[in-house]
Amino acid sequence: MLKESTPDITPEEVEHIAHLSRIEISEEDKIQFAGELGRIIHYINKLSEVDTTGVDPTFRTAPIFNVFREDTPRESFPAEEILANAPEKEEGCFRMPRIIGG
Amino acid sequence: MKFETVIGLEVHVELSTQTKLFCSCKNSFGANPNTLVCPVCLGMPGVLPVVNKEAIEKHIMAALAVGCRIPEHSKFDRKNYFYPDMPKNFQTSQYDLPLALGGSLEINLPDGEKKVIGITRIHLEEDTGKSKHAGETGSIVESDYTLLDYNRAGVPLLEIVSEPDMRTPEEAYQYLNELKKILVWLGVSDCKMEQGSLRCDANISIRPEGQEEFGVKAEIKNMNSFRSVRSALLYEEKRQREVIESGGRIIQETRGWEEDRGITVSMRSKEEAHDYRYFPEPDLPPMVVDKEWIERAKQKLPELPGERKLRFAAEYGLPEYDSGILNLSRSISDFFEEAAKLSGDPKQTSNWLMGDILKYLNQNELEIHETRLKPEALAEMINLIKKDVISGKIGKDLIEELLKNGGNPEEIVEKRGWKQISSGDDLLPVIKQVVDDNPKVLTQYLEGKESVKGFFVGQVMKKTAGKANPALVGKMMDEELERRKNNR
Repeated sequence: MLKESTPDITPEEVEHIAHLSRIEISEEDKIQFAGELGRIIHYINKLSEVDTTGVDPTFRTAPIFNVFREDTPRESFPAEEILANAPEKEEGCFRMPRIIGG
Repeated sequence: MKFETVIGLEVHVELSTQTKLFCSCKNSFGANPNTLVCPVCLGMPGVLPVVNKEAIEKHIMAALAVGCRIPEHSKFDRKNYFYPDMPKNFQTSQYDLPLALGGSLEINLPDGEKKVIGITRIHLEEDTGKSKHAGETGSIVESDYTLLDYNRAGVPLLEIVSEPDMRTPEEAYQYLNELKKILVWLGVSDCKMEQGSLRCDANISIRPEGQEEFGVKAEIKNMNSFRSVRSALLYEEKRQREVIESGGRIIQETRGWEEDRGITVSMRSKEEAHDYRYFPEPDLPPMVVDKEWIERAKQKLPELPGERKLRFAAEYGLPEYDSGILNLSRSISDFFEEAAKLSGDPKQTSNWLMGDILKYLNQNELEIHETRLKPEALAEMINLIKKDVISGKIGKDLIEELLKNGGNPEEIVEKRGWKQISSGDDLLPVIKQVVDDNPKVLTQYLEGKESVKGFFVGQVMKKTAGKANPALVGKMMDEELERRKNNR
């Protein structure tokens, strides 16, 4: 059974993750998500209870590897099409708010 | 207190493939902004990246050349971050299973000693787009907005991470030179720092001499030449020493090198590795490099500069010095070998290459294949000199002509009238004339000052515009002066 009581995620950690994903969330959300994310982690942690001694790590479930293409150039898209969705453009470039340095 | 400096370098080089790493857009420098972009490198929803095989081949080649181990299994991962230089909000890179691990590079130190610098790993990732910060100063902090060109986004990029094995800024400088030499030699990258196809970040810390534990490091960025790497590290080791000596402590941070001011300034505190939330790239199947593949790659690996240096010395009987100079670049080395075989005189071939030719290349900032000189022409010229058709002095004019305009040496000599005067009948009148024109010098000679003979020979060479055979002039001048002495 899943433990409901002690979430492994604190509201501060939720805030940090939200910041990394550039999402704004309210104080109530932080508490709610902390609980939900904690339960998810508990659930996933059940996997580590399985004894995997002698089992090779699996990075993919499909048995395919080495899918390559030849190094032959093809036409790119016209710059106007590439820039079609840009909210702002200038000198053939995407224009965006300044990047904060410090 | 005495301090020891510890330096490790992260070098990024763009691979010189025809296309990008995950799509077929051209990998090319200098095109108009956003003209080498497609939905894949722009990260549009639903697109599927496919790995460029040539990038993997070049990666393996570079890795083998510096003695790396190629693990059988490797994969790509997503490195997640929000920064507009990657339109996808993640960069496809390699995290825990890179294509190459554990190599080394031998560097030459100024005192003639050699030192081995460890290479931790080499992984493959996609390059980012280029941002231009607009505003009055062009500085990132004061800019009003940013312009993004994604032509570079998705270009295959090797990250070569060294061990913290360097102890002086000079060692870091030598390491960069050696690394560039080998990568250019292999043809995997052109390593042009001014075009951004080679970039370098440095980790530097100091610790009291004798201490095992590393000090707190700073990561230095924004260095745009090998020299500025060295200058920035010299500045930074001094700065850290002064902080510690004045009772302060070093904080882990990223610092930018400001070339004009000659200082490093704090940029931002370094984000923790787990902030990137790496996870396996679900769109790219893993890679398996088996023994057969590695064997094939080893077969294709060209002879490396170190091996070739030894072979040239043995096979062509060249001094080690010559062999070292000729093998600083693959193009010179290949050129030498071809010309030496054709001329049958390796030492003369080496002399011309190390002398007049290298001087010309350095002065004009050219590679030898960018000139009009061909190995056949150099070989022919050397034989024209050996057969006394032209003098060595004329050879200097001829080589410049061949470098600038190319052509057939024999035809040029004929057309320019550069043939050496090797007939006594042609030379005798000039010799008599020179002696007659300089009675005072002749008197000196007759009074026993034999060294003035050199002056007479020089005058003959001048009058014949360097075309006279110097050995013949010397011999005939001796005879002429002897005659004057006897006829006194």
